[in-house]
Amino acid sequence: MVSPLGGNVDVSWKNIVAGKSGANRVTDFETSDLACQVAAQIPRGSAEDGGYDPNDWLDVKEQRKVDDFIVYAVAAADQALADADWKPTSYEDQTRSGVLIGSGIGGLQGIETAAHTLAEKGPRRISPFFIPGRLINLAGGYVSIRHGLKGPNHAVVTACSTGAHAIGDASRLIAFGDADVMVAGGTESPICRLSLAGFAACRALSTAFNDNPEKASRPYDKARDGFLMGEGAGVVVLEEYEHAKARGAKIYAEVVGYGLSGDAYHITAPAADGDGAYRCMDAALKRAGITAAEVDYVNAHGTSTPLGDEIELGAITRLAGESASKLTMSSTKSCTGHLLGAAGAIEAIFSVLSIRDSIAPPTINLDDPSVETPIDLVPHTAKSMNIDVALSNSFGFGGTNASLVFKKVAS
Amino acid sequence: MSDIAERVKKIVIEHLGVDAEKVTDNASFIDDLGADSLDTVELVMAFEEEFGVEIPDDAAETILTVGDAVSFLEKNAG
Repeated sequence: MVSPLGGNVDVSWKNIVAGKSGANRVTDFETSDLACQVAAQIPRGSAEDGGYDPNDWLDVKEQRKVDDFIVYAVAAADQALADADWKPTSYEDQTRSGVLIGSGIGGLQGIETAAHTLAEKGPRRISPFFIPGRLINLAGGYVSIRHGLKGPNHAVVTACSTGAHAIGDASRLIAFGDADVMVAGGTESPICRLSLAGFAACRALSTAFNDNPEKASRPYDKARDGFLMGEGAGVVVLEEYEHAKARGAKIYAEVVGYGLSGDAYHITAPAADGDGAYRCMDAALKRAGITAAEVDYVNAHGTSTPLGDEIELGAITRLAGESASKLTMSSTKSCTGHLLGAAGAIEAIFSVLSIRDSIAPPTINLDDPSVETPIDLVPHTAKSMNIDVALSNSFGFGGTNASLVFKKVAS
Repeated sequence: MSDIAERVKKIVIEHLGVDAEKVTDNASFIDDLGADSLDTVELVMAFEEEFGVEIPDDAAETILTVGDAVSFLEKNAG
């Protein structure tokens, strides 16, 4: 993982549990004319200090050819494969190992720059690496080339549901027998003028906290006014259970449920009745063969937008029914901001780690909830609790919804 | 070494990320310096930019080594 909270999963998770914010002012480019001038940016620095240094993952020559989202994916995938101790070398192992890494937008930074080059210098100055360095599936392409993964090579593009869809679809490729191991997740490097302008035009971004960035992402709070853009990548190694057991692999949790739905309502706004959110959670639980009462923790989509948070909360309240008062739910986006296509992937990882460490990470900045709810939204500080089942939600522009259910593996 | 040769070698070192001693006149971009076909397109673009010349595709196809680039530019760069 590469996130606004650190250059690897351990430091990111430690900071999430501690309730730290990854938000800061954007200083890499001119922001004075932008409505939103803050974002959750990856801390650049040495790996020893918990930071991210692109030179640790790709040499400068390769970095020049690609947008950051590809470098983030390479970094996250290298970390995940090392942690899983999976280095396929035989033809059989390589062809049974695939990649499914998506991105919501892909190389917007590079597109913005190349458009300037085209306008100012003409078509002969467009680099031959412009296209392959921006294509969304090239994140997975780089990962497969680097690690010799010759199985299914696929990519998901479903806006802010990308990361969850990638992990869910990859788990089904394994269940269908197309692969034994899938490297799956999402990556995003959206922080550039073009995207801040575009999302602000959709009225999706927080604009009231430019002088106080750490307060900008505040899911469920009365003062929330839009999401805080984040960047990074989350990648997991999914493995067929018997395959993992046979080689003595470290098993964090099992993907037991995956549900998908569409709102068929509006291009950016979530359906007011939350029916799409409800149906994808319900589908995931049915697939898992468990009831809503058995869900201990929900990692919410919870982006800190005025509409979305309450609609999701309503859908979960409907799903949980009488067990709502026993449910714990938080939005780690309060700390990380919204990583768009990578959000579902890093949040899947946080859900799994919440199971491993028996702790629900907090929703920071939740000073004054906008609605009353029986659900514990874990304001400000993490909560120690046993978590056997965790559900992670992701909802995207276009009305695309995905839910994942993870379960502790009996030791 | 001519000024043009030095500038060419600098570009090759930067774009291909190779050691200076490997960038000899006879070094082939693809066979000796690890370039692929896209790298060679980008190299030609970088030469055009640096020397303010246009290198047509049929001429670019004949530039296979560092020496080829230097001699083309010595003839055509003003």
